[in-house]
Amino acid sequence: MAAAEPLVVVDNLHIVYRVFGSRADRGTAATAFLRMLRRQHRPSVREVHAIRGVSFVANRGDAVGVIGRNGSGKTTLLRAIAGLLPPESGAVYTTGHASLLGVNAALLDDLTGERNVVVCGLAMGMTPREVKERYQSIVDFSGVGDFINLPMNAYSTGMGSRLRFAIASARSHDVLLIDEALVTGDAEFRVKSRQRIEELRAEAGTVFVVAHSMAQIEETCNRVIWLEKGKIVQAGDDVPGIIDAYLAATGGQPLNRAAAKT
Amino acid sequence: MSEPTRVKGARTLSGPGEAPIVPAPSPAPQGLLPDEPLAALADRYGLTPSAARPGPWTYLKQLWQRRHFVLAFATARNIAMYSEARLGQVWQILTPLLNAAVYFLIFGVILDTKRGVPNFIAFLVTGIFIFNFTQRSFIIASRVINDTLQLIRALHFPRACLPLGYIIIELQQMLISMVVLIVIVLATGEPITWYWLLVVPVIALQTLFNVGVGFILARIGAGVEDVSQLIPFIVRTWMYASGVMFFIPALATLYLHKKISYLLQINPAAVYIELVRNSLLTSLRHTVSGYRPYNRQLCGTALHQQAKGVPHPALLDTCHFVVSNSSLWVYGVGWAVLAIVIGYFVFWQAEVTYGRG
Repeated sequence: MAAAEPLVVVDNLHIVYRVFGSRADRGTAATAFLRMLRRQHRPSVREVHAIRGVSFVANRGDAVGVIGRNGSGKTTLLRAIAGLLPPESGAVYTTGHASLLGVNAALLDDLTGERNVVVCGLAMGMTPREVKERYQSIVDFSGVGDFINLPMNAYSTGMGSRLRFAIASARSHDVLLIDEALVTGDAEFRVKSRQRIEELRAEAGTVFVVAHSMAQIEETCNRVIWLEKGKIVQAGDDVPGIIDAYLAATGGQPLNRAAAKT
Repeated sequence: MSEPTRVKGARTLSGPGEAPIVPAPSPAPQGLLPDEPLAALADRYGLTPSAARPGPWTYLKQLWQRRHFVLAFATARNIAMYSEARLGQVWQILTPLLNAAVYFLIFGVILDTKRGVPNFIAFLVTGIFIFNFTQRSFIIASRVINDTLQLIRALHFPRACLPLGYIIIELQQMLISMVVLIVIVLATGEPITWYWLLVVPVIALQTLFNVGVGFILARIGAGVEDVSQLIPFIVRTWMYASGVMFFIPALATLYLHKKISYLLQINPAAVYIELVRNSLLTSLRHTVSGYRPYNRQLCGTALHQQAKGVPHPALLDTCHFVVSNSSLWVYGVGWAVLAIVIGYFVFWQAEVTYGRG
C-alpha cells in the first residue's frame, strides 16, 4: 500500500475571533464617553467560538469537501488552515503556505483585471517573468475577454470569481482552499474549473472545497468533512454516505445520482 | 505505513486506493484520525504550524523576495488614485501647487511669518512638501491594514509589503512635488549648486524614517481603529512645532528658551526639512541668524537687551540658536536608523495577527 503523505494536520483546533461593533454601537457618543469614564470595555466586542476542537489529517492528492449549514465554521476552518486566523489553542500544520480562494476575496476592486493578475501573481510569490509567461493562460482560462482591461468593480459576480479562480490556480499550490468560489460560474466554467482542480490534485497537492452544492462536492471530492457548530459530525471517505446523512439531517432533498451520471 | 488500529468510534483516514474504511454506526466526532499524536505525525512529515511567524531574518528575506510585488502594488495604486478625477494624473502636480498657494496666502501674506528668512516662498514650499511626505505616510500607514483587509485575507505574503508599498506611493508623489519645488526654487532666484545633490540622501533618510514609524502606526492602527482618527490631529500639531512656515530659531518667544528651541530643531520633521532647505536654498545657508561665529560675550549682551525688550537682531546672530548643519545630519541618520529598526521589529512581532477577526 502506498504511504499516504499528510499535507494538512489539524490538531484539536479551537478558533475564537472577535467581532467589533456587532450591536451596541448604536449607542450615542455620550454613552460611549460614560463607558470610558467607568472603564468598561466596549460591549460591542463579542467573542465567537467558531471552531471547537476539530482534528483531522488530509493527505497529498486529496480533495476534501467541507459541508455544513451556514455559520457552522466552514470558512473559518479554511482561513485557519491558510494561516490567516491564529488558533486559540491546538494547531494547524501544513507544508509552506496554503492559498485561500474565497468568493468574497475581492482582490483590488478599483484596479483593472490585468493589474490584478500581475499584482496578485507577484503577491503569491511568482517572479515577474513567471507572471508574464502565465498571463495569457490566466486570462484565457478566466474567459473574461475584453473585460480584462476594465476595473474589477465593473465585473459581474461570475466574472470576478472566474478571474480570481484563474489567478489562484495559475500556480501549483501544495494546499489550495476554495471557498464557494465556483458557485457563481456558469456550466462551462464549472467543467473547466473541475478539470483544473483535478490537475491540481494530480500535481500532488491537497484541495479543500467549501460548497453548498452537494452534487459539486460529490463530483470533485474523495473525502468529506461535515461540520456543525464548529465540531465535526462526520468525516471520512464515504462521500455519498455522509452527504446523504447530511441531507437527511438538514431536511434537504436526497441527491438524484442516477440523473447526475447521465 | 502500518494499518492504524481503530479506536472505537473513530475513523481512520485511508489513502486513495486503500480498502474502504469501516463505516461508523454512530456519528464520529473525531474522524480522519490516525492513532499517533497529531503533533508527532506533523513533525515526522516536516509540517509546520500554518500561523507561525518567521524569524526576523527570514522575514526580511521574504520581504526582499516580494520586492516586485511591493513596486507593482504601489504603481497600480498610484494610477488608481486619480482615475476617478477628470483631470486624472494632473492632480499629482496640482495638489502640491495648491497646497503651497494656500500656505503662502495664510502665512506669507496674512500672518507674515517671514521673520529672518530671505527667500520665504521657497523656504515655505520646501517645508510644506517635505512635511507633507511624512504627514501622508503616517496617516496612510495607520489605515493600511484595515484598507487592504481583502488582500490580507485572500493571499499569503509578508504583511510588511503593505505599509512599504503605500509609503512608496507617497514617495512617488513626493518626487513629483520635488520637480514643482525645483521650479519654484529656480524661479525665486536661487542658483544651482552641488549642494543640491544632498537632497537625495536626505530624502532617502526621511523615507527610512517614515517607513519605520509607519510600521509602528500600521500595527497600532490594525488593533485600534481610533488611532487612525487621531493621527491627523497629532500630525497637524507636529507640523506647527516643526518650523514648516517659520524659522524656529527666529521665533522671538524662543530667544530666552534655548533648550526648547533646540528640541524643536532636532525633532525628525524639522531635521529633514532643514536639511533640504540648507541644500537647496543658498540664500538661507548664507544669511540665517547664527550663521556668524559663536561669541559668548556678544550673545550675552544681546540676550540681556532682548530681556529688557530692546531686541538687537545683529547681535543675536552671534548666539548659536541654530543647530549646525553637521549636527542635523547626525540627527537625521540617527532618527532614520532608530525608526526603521524599532519599527521593523514592532511590525514583525504581530505579523500573524493582521487581518484576523
